[in-house]
Amino acid sequence: MLRFITRRASLSLLILFLAVSLLFAMIHMMPGDPASVILGPKASPELKAELNQRMGLDQPMLAQLGRFYADLARGDLGVDVFSDREVADIVFEQLPYTLVLVLAAIGGATLLGIPLGCFSAIRRNSLLDRITAVMSVAFIAIPSFVVALYLLLWLAVKWRWFPAMGAGASGDIADQARHLVLPAIALGLGWVGYIARLVRASMLEVMEENHIRTARAFGLPERSIIVHYALRIAILPTVTILGLGIGSMLSGALFAEIVFSRPGIGKLLHEAVITRNYPVVMGSVLVTTSFFVLSTLVADVVNAALDPRLRDSRRSS
Amino acid sequence: MTSPVLDVRRLSVSYQTGRGTLRALRNVNMTVQPGRIVGIVGESGCGKSTLISTIIRLLAPNARIDGGSIEFMGRDLLSLESEAMRALRGDGISMVFQDPMTSLNPVMTIGRQMTDIQHRDNRSRADKLARAARLLERVGIADPAEQLKRYPHHLSGGMRQRVAIAMALMTEPALLIADEPTTALDATLEVQIIHRLRQLQQDFGCAVLFISHHLGVIAELCDEVVVMYAGEVVETGSTREVFLAPRHPYTRKLLECDPGRIEESTRHLPVIAGKLPDLVDLPKGCVFRSRCDESIDICARKPPELEGDDHCAACHVVGQ
Amino acid sequence: MSTRFGFLKEVFASLRKDPLGMTGLVIVVLVLLASVFASQLAPHDPLDVDVHNRLQSPSWQHWLGTDQLGRDVLSRVLLGGRVALKVALVAISVSLSAGLLLGMMAGFGPAWLDRLLVTCFDTLRSFPTIMFALAIVALTGPSLNTVIGVIIITSIPVYARIVRTQTQALRDQDYILAERAMGASTARILGHHVLPNIAAPLLILASMDVPAVVAMEAGLSFLGLGVSPPTPSWGSILNDGYSYLRNSPWPIIAGGIPLILVTLGFTFFGESLRDILDPKLRGKGEAS
Repeated sequence: MLRFITRRASLSLLILFLAVSLLFAMIHMMPGDPASVILGPKASPELKAELNQRMGLDQPMLAQLGRFYADLARGDLGVDVFSDREVADIVFEQLPYTLVLVLAAIGGATLLGIPLGCFSAIRRNSLLDRITAVMSVAFIAIPSFVVALYLLLWLAVKWRWFPAMGAGASGDIADQARHLVLPAIALGLGWVGYIARLVRASMLEVMEENHIRTARAFGLPERSIIVHYALRIAILPTVTILGLGIGSMLSGALFAEIVFSRPGIGKLLHEAVITRNYPVVMGSVLVTTSFFVLSTLVADVVNAALDPRLRDSRRSS
Repeated sequence: MTSPVLDVRRLSVSYQTGRGTLRALRNVNMTVQPGRIVGIVGESGCGKSTLISTIIRLLAPNARIDGGSIEFMGRDLLSLESEAMRALRGDGISMVFQDPMTSLNPVMTIGRQMTDIQHRDNRSRADKLARAARLLERVGIADPAEQLKRYPHHLSGGMRQRVAIAMALMTEPALLIADEPTTALDATLEVQIIHRLRQLQQDFGCAVLFISHHLGVIAELCDEVVVMYAGEVVETGSTREVFLAPRHPYTRKLLECDPGRIEESTRHLPVIAGKLPDLVDLPKGCVFRSRCDESIDICARKPPELEGDDHCAACHVVGQ
Repeated sequence: MSTRFGFLKEVFASLRKDPLGMTGLVIVVLVLLASVFASQLAPHDPLDVDVHNRLQSPSWQHWLGTDQLGRDVLSRVLLGGRVALKVALVAISVSLSAGLLLGMMAGFGPAWLDRLLVTCFDTLRSFPTIMFALAIVALTGPSLNTVIGVIIITSIPVYARIVRTQTQALRDQDYILAERAMGASTARILGHHVLPNIAAPLLILASMDVPAVVAMEAGLSFLGLGVSPPTPSWGSILNDGYSYLRNSPWPIIAGGIPLILVTLGFTFFGESLRDILDPKLRGKGEAS
């Protein structure tokens, strides 16, 4: 198991390293220099040179890359030239908002999706199953920002059931929870369908397996067979997907954050892109990508830990 | 004469398939007396598995029972409510399945599975575990307490099948159904398991319905034999009589093909020429006619009935 | 040629039995027609500013109302469809071709090339797509070409991986080995055997990819990082509507509906197509 984790983790690290280097290289291979983009065409050469120097853009690329990684190792993501603050501070100030949103969305999607998928599999071809099937496909396909806009339009602006903006007053948990509802629905709705479909498919497969017949031959109650014997196996693939879900939601949260004017990494990145604030862009992309890669890694490890068959085959390999 | 544990009368079962109705069992008769071991033998596709699935009423959704009855200890299983049937499964009737590699739950420990099947007892978990350990010991598993903590994939095929037998005996059933329990194992293990099963059957005193396509195993273990072909019973009788003096041509061919009984040295293993008839489009008359060397005129017109007192055969030629 | 036609007929016949897939196809066809004839269908010039009649509710004059500059929303939605489908068409055909080429190279080429390409694919896939898109836009500035480029770069690995897996599976089949033993060139094997075999799964993937691509373009345009104003796009219509949400809900309602229709239409059609064309699933359906 330990060997599996190390091997899997080093692969993730390698890919992350390549991804970050690629991003870094792209910034420096792009035509035009960032300083004139930021300062506008009329800025004086001295001002441009100063900005370039502050952003470290006056040195050869490899030296910059080396310095970048040296800083990164110390947890230093550079300095935001506009506000003069540490990029790491800015990013980690916003990160909790996004994490809470993602956890609420994935939690809700799981709590709804697993029972829905399970019922659909047991009552195969029933009305519930058909409705779930169509709705799942529909909600997976519809872009989350359209869902967010419609939720905002009706539930927040028209009917005023939920607040339209922000993350709620700090310290007021109930208010924060109310502010969380609509963004979490917008972000998680597609995943409800996705999880339901996944659980349904693997549930149908597991229910056909021989050990389920054994359990039935011993007269175990059908409920217990479904919950303890089948679902336990059927949710294994879902766990892997949940990991991927958390990773991709961290970036997908961007739309929900912007539509509901909610602080978070996505909103931070969006503003940084508009103002061409490269250190902040780099920092927030780096952090979300790391989370993305990390969450796939964790999903794989958790999956291996949950399935005793995999656990042992990986221990021996 | 004591009343039988299991009495199957004129049972017919069919499957709805894309090609039409597949008549998997037709007018099957068989009985299992208390404390006896009855073997069912036949090629794959002869309906052995459908028969036992019907007995425990775990048939595939596309299966349909067309007629007949199954009585277990005097109760008609086919008219039982599904809850009453469930109460019987793993209590009055228990099963050992064919493939030990897949018939245990892969993500639960042996102990958990063995305590779960005692769901009808109100004893403590520790008591149930202790009972599970005692049974593992009786089927010949060393260090049972340790094995209970392990997962199925830690165990060899032979060990898993012993676990399955222990599970089946746990509730002291009146009838144990074993569906080719040794087919997936190698020969030495097979002999061990068969001996163990024979001894346990004597200790527990239950009746056993043992399904196999391996004649040697049947001869070793069973008191009586039911020979099935293409969804019909073609011969029944005591093991001794059926093996020494087979009456149905199919049984004779089956015995000729058994490698264990070949006495002359030959370069080819004998096989029964021809193949099973199509169960969707059954031939008229005797189902075995197309592969039979002894068929006479009537065989093409009228299907034979199972005839005889103790040693019965369904064959026009024998009847004459 | 007649067999080709018979095959299409067979697909269509199966599709007719699937109401959802048929609905999808109808939507897809209607949207395609509406986009092709957008200029003819549009009742007004989508760029015509009329500040006296801004943010109006639907009327006989303006069926879907007007936006904050008094432009006719219906005309903008129609022209926006053209942008969406242009992006989808260009991005998917380029990434499909590139993915096909790279995937076959990885699947059929030497092991080192395979490993190199797979590492490249994995690296590109390790970015969340939207983050990657934003990073690129930050560098190049917003434009439709950037959007297309980003979609191409992030889609190539998806297509290439599928092609690679299928190619590898086919490479070791007996009849391919036999062809090779008889001295058939790699190009012949790829063109005659591999390509026909992976065409169906790729087409299914491509039709399922349309919603994702359309959503990406609309999403980036909604963020103000896609088409440059005043070009209409469903995303930019939504962006304009979002700013004036409290004055008039109509631009948001009108901009969202075509997005929902297109994503649903292509998804239902694609799913139906997959069920019809995927031989593995087809076999399953018969067995049960």
